Amino acid sequence: MPRQGLIDRRLAIFLLGLFILTVAVPVGNLAMAGKPVPTYLVALIGKYLCYALLAVALDLVWGYCGILSLGHGAFFALGGYAMGMYLMREIGARGVYANPLLPDFMVFIGWKHLPWYWWGFDHFWLAAIMVLLAPGILAFTFGWFAFRSRVTGVYLSIITQAMTYALMLAFFRNEMGFGGNNGLTDFKDILGFDLASDGTKVGLTMLSAVALAGGLLLSRWITTSRLGKVLVCVRDAESRTRFLGYRVEHYKLFIFTVSAMMAGVAGALYVPQVGIINPSEFSPANSIEIVIWVALGGRGTLVGAALGAIIVAAAKTYLTGALPEAWLYALGALFILVTIALPTGVLGAVETGIGRLRRRPAAKEAEA
Amino acid sequence: MSAHHPHAIGGLPPEELPQLYLNGVSRAFEGFKAINNLSLVIEPGELRAVIGPNGAGKTTMMDIITGKTRPDTGEVLWQQTVDLTKLDEADTARLGIGRKFQKPTVFESHTVADNLALAIKADRSPWATLFHRADVAEAARIDELLGIIRLGDKRHRMAGDLSHGQKQWLEIGMLLAQDPQLLLVDEPAAGMTDAETMLTADLLKSIAGERSVIVVEHDMEFVRALGCKVTVLHQGSVLAEGNLEMVSAMPEVIEVYLGR
Amino acid sequence: MTSLLRAVLTICALLYASVAVADDFSALVQALPKGSYHARSVVVKKLGLLGDARAVPVLKALNNDDLKVAGDGTVLIVNDTTGAATSAIGGAAMGKPDPNSLDRVKANNMVRRAIRTAIGMLTLRDPDPAKRMKAAEDALKAADPEQIDALDAAISAERDAGVKAVMAEARAAAVLKSDAPEAQKLAAIHTLGDRGDNAALAALVPVANSKEPALAQAAKTALSAIREAQQFWRLAQNIWFGLSLGSVLLLAAVGLAITFGVMGVINMAHGELVMLGAYTTFVVQQVIRADAPGLFGWSLAIAAPLAFLVSGAVGIAIERGIVRHLYGRPLETLLATWGVSLILQQAVRTIFGPDNRDVGNPGWMSGAFKIGQMQVTWNRLWILIFCLAVFAVLLAVLKKTPIGLQMRAVTQNRAMAANMGIRTGGVDALTFGLGAGIAGLAGVALSQVDNVSPNLGQNYIVDSFMVVVFGGAGNIWGTLAGAFTLGIANKFLEPFSGAVLAKILILVGIILFIQKRPRGLFAVKGRAVES
Ligand SMILES: Nc1ncnc2c1ncn2[C@@H]1O[C@H](COP(=O)(O)OP(=O)(O)OP(=O)(O)O)[C@@H](O)[C@H]1O
Ligand SMILES: [Mg+2]
Repeated sequence: MPRQGLIDRRLAIFLLGLFILTVAVPVGNLAMAGKPVPTYLVALIGKYLCYALLAVALDLVWGYCGILSLGHGAFFALGGYAMGMYLMREIGARGVYANPLLPDFMVFIGWKHLPWYWWGFDHFWLAAIMVLLAPGILAFTFGWFAFRSRVTGVYLSIITQAMTYALMLAFFRNEMGFGGNNGLTDFKDILGFDLASDGTKVGLTMLSAVALAGGLLLSRWITTSRLGKVLVCVRDAESRTRFLGYRVEHYKLFIFTVSAMMAGVAGALYVPQVGIINPSEFSPANSIEIVIWVALGGRGTLVGAALGAIIVAAAKTYLTGALPEAWLYALGALFILVTIALPTGVLGAVETGIGRLRRRPAAKEAEA
Repeated sequence: MSAHHPHAIGGLPPEELPQLYLNGVSRAFEGFKAINNLSLVIEPGELRAVIGPNGAGKTTMMDIITGKTRPDTGEVLWQQTVDLTKLDEADTARLGIGRKFQKPTVFESHTVADNLALAIKADRSPWATLFHRADVAEAARIDELLGIIRLGDKRHRMAGDLSHGQKQWLEIGMLLAQDPQLLLVDEPAAGMTDAETMLTADLLKSIAGERSVIVVEHDMEFVRALGCKVTVLHQGSVLAEGNLEMVSAMPEVIEVYLGR
Repeated sequence: MTSLLRAVLTICALLYASVAVADDFSALVQALPKGSYHARSVVVKKLGLLGDARAVPVLKALNNDDLKVAGDGTVLIVNDTTGAATSAIGGAAMGKPDPNSLDRVKANNMVRRAIRTAIGMLTLRDPDPAKRMKAAEDALKAADPEQIDALDAAISAERDAGVKAVMAEARAAAVLKSDAPEAQKLAAIHTLGDRGDNAALAALVPVANSKEPALAQAAKTALSAIREAQQFWRLAQNIWFGLSLGSVLLLAAVGLAITFGVMGVINMAHGELVMLGAYTTFVVQQVIRADAPGLFGWSLAIAAPLAFLVSGAVGIAIERGIVRHLYGRPLETLLATWGVSLILQQAVRTIFGPDNRDVGNPGWMSGAFKIGQMQVTWNRLWILIFCLAVFAVLLAVLKKTPIGLQMRAVTQNRAMAANMGIRTGGVDALTFGLGAGIAGLAGVALSQVDNVSPNLGQNYIVDSFMVVVFGGAGNIWGTLAGAFTLGIANKFLEPFSGAVLAKILILVGIILFIQKRPRGLFAVKGRAVES
């Protein structure tokens, strides 16, 4: 079984674009006079790149293994909370209550001690590990139960939705110790770099681009491996795969956990750039929106998923600013149109379009 | 009809371990007994044809052997030591039981060669597959299999593009690739031409000897070509057993099966 | 026994009253300013026993230091702020007398206590039974031995059996505090034990600790009986709350059970179809309020069929326009219908605004009544009845009518049904429309207990799916069992964990349950579902 090349044309073009971006952003924002790339745009690009990474994570399970997770927002949010906890501890005594030991919201609800699960979050390395572990462990436990008992299809989708919904309700509670309704916010700096400064923003955006490139390469490496082929077998004929001796649940568990961790990384990069993480990130509607990014871009293409995320997020930024009423109509219509008219997504449609254009001149030449 | 003692069926000396041993197996679906007190013994290297009218329980029997369906009662033993009722599909496949389905199922979005490669006997753990590297031996094995199933020119075609008969062959190829000790073959000749049917029969005959094979088939020509012992299944239990001439002469068999 | 006792006591009281000063209202009022505080409190007491409602303002005035006596001895009630005076006896206006010409009729604590009791006693004779009931309940809480006589008088005059019983209980509570003989107290313990609520509990607890062994024993027995009864009613109340929540869940989920369970279509816009039903009710009520206020009592009866039609029509449009193209692709259907839900939500927001809309309860839907110690609100009861009725009709449609048969045929084997001449497209549209229409009915019911806002549907969609998944898709009996199980489980968890945590626990419970039974409580079995 010859292994497909790690970097195909799609990925090469996309990575090139990403590279140009990582050069253009710092140069345009920091080095050139008159800031041709304004800072708000830098922050926006950074946010989109995080979404793109999240979409790639979802594509990995949905596009390649057929698991439609309606709860990926939960993994994203958990990664975000892990990072948010570190950023919270970084504030130190600079909060409103100037309490050196407790974050503001804990002082506010009258807590006297830091709860044990906050211990150590003043170390970046621990937070970084938790960014991977928290979503990873949740995905592993959830998947272990679900896949072992062969919950599949829409049933699985519905319980992933219930999972994120339950987490949302839980995080809304003040007693959870994650800031309740308001979540974690008012961050000051990260590893000593001021979060409000242009330099830090550019740095985070570049880091997001690197993470996205890394996520794409890792996903591509997985999907072109033999394991990736087994995943596709599971997607297309799960039962048959079992009869070949593959433990389908182990494969699903593997990819689900990897994907959740990737989503966690995306969340961790997202939080310092937007400056807040709150329980609404767990809302089922958010998770479903991720699905439409992937579907729009092209399911099972990785690059398409990333593109889809960027296109939808950019459209959302534009529309919620220009025509706030129209955004939900547009999003709703997008869901309908993509599923009915664009089953292969934008990427698929563009590629077949290009293919057709190429073939046509060739055919004309042959006639002549 | 009463259940025979399984050892009496073949009249074999008891010290020779049977490859597969079913005793008094029953399974009901919402009250309907699809398998009813079924007993069957397959010896190592034996080729066995199973026939019976639609709904006799042939496919369900294979489901039970492979761990897809759990029997309500009865024993299913592998080489007289392993209890197959405790295992699932992946376990039985790893144990060396290969299966071809009544409705051919291949991995449609993989190429023919990939379908075979995925079936070749190897470590099935996610870790192993993640770091798997194709080697010369594997390539040679795929070539060999492609030769046997005569799909060499389709090597890089998507399996989904194959015709029904070609899919049957591909599935047989995948079965061979697994290198199983027991092959369960459900209606392999459906959708094949007469000539291909005979080729399949020859292939199965050549496989038997080293491995045990159970073939389910409605095509009597095919069963005759196999020239092996035949088990007639009816309403979930064994109605008759013996060579084709003998069972097809039995009045009860004619009544339930051949006569219709 | 007690009635005899009561009669004797009443006679005694009457005798006592007649022996004293002429017991006529005006004479008593005239007597008020005279004599010592002690004498005054005796007069007050007599006013209370007189049972004449005219005494109430006089006593209140005395209590507020507004009762004055003029130089000529007429007793006046003088308004504190305006200075206007009225005659305490006749109530006639007496102009604005010079404050300096008046003497205040003073009251000390003893007098005031007497006033409070007297007013209570007088209210016990109020013509309005609700006020008498209130006064009796107050007397029960006060448990004042001094009120025994008044209570006896009130009891003998009382016609309303319910009020009479409470008066007797109040009397019993008072007797327990008095130094009445043991036999009377035992009887009182009995009376209170039968009442069996918190007020009775409060009256009995001190007795249980009393020194007299017989009384303490009786009180203890009564207490434990009361506690048992209370436990029972708490249980009943919880079950009722659970049933009520379950009926709401069932209404929201049963339409889904048809589209998801019977057709295998995930309709994420189901919640919005419920919302449309609620808004239909709102519009109907608006029209009625504007044009025919007399019909308000009928508003729900008018809204229900309309809501069924509106949501049903939207459902059919969704099926014909979208879902039809996606059969066999459940995940895509899920996404497309989610899109529909966003559009419907936003459309309602555009038309009706983002805020809650006010949908009223018709008279027969508001208020509550008591069964034992259990409070039952009429709207919840009607919703339960409505929900069961909808369920029964649905069951009949599916089982007994030709269209139901066709629906089941199509869902079981589409190709075969088509071959037999069933127009599968039409049947699909109708089935979907039926599920959607029921969602509309659910909206009518929900408008009575929940906020009508564009988010209404979103709040129920996860729960409804949980019900269907838990009950087992494809079996509407499973939906029934699922809805009530989840409703009751939720209400039983709430006291221990709080509402939010209860919900989380239920969700986690369902997630775990699905692991054990991936196809729900009442799974549809067979080969078709496995492949
Ligand atoms: N999962 C299941 N649920 C319900 N009934 C089942 C299930 N599996 C098998 N059956 C029933 O058991 C009986 C035997 O089915 P089986 O497929 O084993 O027959 P068969 O002998 O293979 O028939 P054919 O020759 O048509 O393939 C049938 O009546 C079938 O309906
Ligand atoms: Mg069969």
